[in-house]
Amino acid sequence: MSTSSPSERKWLLRINNIEVVYQDIIQVLRGVSLNVPEGRITALLGPNGAGKTTTLRAISGLLVPEDGAVRDGTIVYQGKEVQNLPPEEIVKRGIVQVPEGRHVFKHLTVEENLRVGSITRRDAKVKEDLDRIYRYFPRLADLKRRLAGYTSGGEQQMLAIGRALLAAPKLLLLDEPSLGLAPLLVREIFDIVARINAEEGVTVLVVEQNAAIALAVSDYAYIMEQGKIVLEGEAEALKENPDVKEFYLGTAKAGGRKSFRDVKAYKRRKRFM
Amino acid sequence: MSYFLQLLVSGIVVGSIYALAALGFVLIYKASRVINFAHGHFIAIGAFTAYAVATSLGLSVWVAALLALGFTAIVGYFTERVFLKPLVGQPIISVIMVTIGLASVFGGLIHLTPYGSGNFSLPHFLPEGGVSFAGISVSYPQLLAVAFTGVFLAAFGWFFQRSTIGIAMRAVADDQMASMSLGVSVEKVFALAWAAAGLTAAAAGLIVGAISGLNLEGLVGIGLKVFPVVILGGLDSIPGAVVGGIIIGVLENLASGYLDAYIPGGGTGDVFPFFVLLLVLWFKPHGLFGTEEIERV
Repeated sequence: MSTSSPSERKWLLRINNIEVVYQDIIQVLRGVSLNVPEGRITALLGPNGAGKTTTLRAISGLLVPEDGAVRDGTIVYQGKEVQNLPPEEIVKRGIVQVPEGRHVFKHLTVEENLRVGSITRRDAKVKEDLDRIYRYFPRLADLKRRLAGYTSGGEQQMLAIGRALLAAPKLLLLDEPSLGLAPLLVREIFDIVARINAEEGVTVLVVEQNAAIALAVSDYAYIMEQGKIVLEGEAEALKENPDVKEFYLGTAKAGGRKSFRDVKAYKRRKRFM
Repeated sequence: MSYFLQLLVSGIVVGSIYALAALGFVLIYKASRVINFAHGHFIAIGAFTAYAVATSLGLSVWVAALLALGFTAIVGYFTERVFLKPLVGQPIISVIMVTIGLASVFGGLIHLTPYGSGNFSLPHFLPEGGVSFAGISVSYPQLLAVAFTGVFLAAFGWFFQRSTIGIAMRAVADDQMASMSLGVSVEKVFALAWAAAGLTAAAAGLIVGAISGLNLEGLVGIGLKVFPVVILGGLDSIPGAVVGGIIIGVLENLASGYLDAYIPGGGTGDVFPFFVLLLVLWFKPHGLFGTEEIERV
């Protein structure tokens, strides 16, 4: 856990007031600003349809296949604007997204999946990195020659993360790594992500619906609703925030059930933030 | 018996040309799911480019062949850049109509040259004669055809199984979004597939030219023969293209060798492969080696 205040930190990525529009007409992000401190784990939480995945895609350039574009605002990575660059250019600069739902290459073996991750690299350390990824995910080493389509959900999530790591990212974007996985596996995967962050210095921005696990491993968190950031803070502080407890952690005091009027008041308050 | 073996051997030779022709078709389908109806015209462009360079510039056929391979690869590359790229993400029927249109355009352009009609033969560049064994004779050009095909197929097999770019091309075929997320340039992969298809099509055209003569209908016809080959072998399988090509080549030769005598007018060799195509679609719609969807239950 970090104790320094956000203003003292070194930002790897700064998103300033971006608006994202799909197919020239559907506006999904309405002025989102968030900062990712270097070397830390940052979480982006929120309900379905809030625009979390769109935010990640805006960073990684993967809006293109969905016919979306950043219309306004800037995304500054290592001091340079990167919004609307082609995805391969963004990967070369060190930002790699692990897509939601894993998207492993089903008809390629586990090792071939990992090798695709090294496509943008010209250095000779790929073999070394491959061994390192097998150390983080020993299960993948056992499945090297297996077609990825025939591995389990947890193994596919590990493969998707391992594959992204082989691109040697400085900033790893994880989109709902917990999706459809058993709680124990979720724990295991987040533990490995935390280790990679600590040992390799890879900065992580993780989108999650499972707020409890995300707040447990992250340093700082943003909460997003309806295309806007509505709340942000140190993960420790957010865990104690009554709204977050009520709506994201489900740990409000038992018996103290709130009426719908309170819910509405909360929503109303958010709208003006 | 020796009649049968002779048919078998020449079937394998013809089949290996089909395999080479089918390889380019499979490369395009595998990478971009585009069915290229203009593939026969790539074969013709390759063969006639070599012929034109060798006869009009008086260069050696080997040099002409290399130039033709390169030129047809460039034609493939620009075909993708200019005509197919704007159609990425459009319905498959639009893309197919465009390749059919391209076939007409290429055919028309070739007709504007002196090579549109009539027969041509490449200057001899392979040793004459051949080998005979147990009553079966194989000419040197035929042997070389099989050898070249083997080399090409082995090279492409290695490329797709071992090289990072080849693996990335298969990854694009598997999941475009995920490959983009890792920095694979999908556009480059498509263009590369079309260039490689042009190259292998030209190689098939050159080998036809070395064994028999060149004429536009014959070369374009090989592009049609590719359909039963790839549907038998599996549209997206390189080993499938090889096995399918050889099976179709052999069946075609056996059919014309044994059945033509009983059918007025003959021509069973041309029909038989399509008959096989129907049977395959009936029982094994993914082909012998085609990719079947992996579904986790």
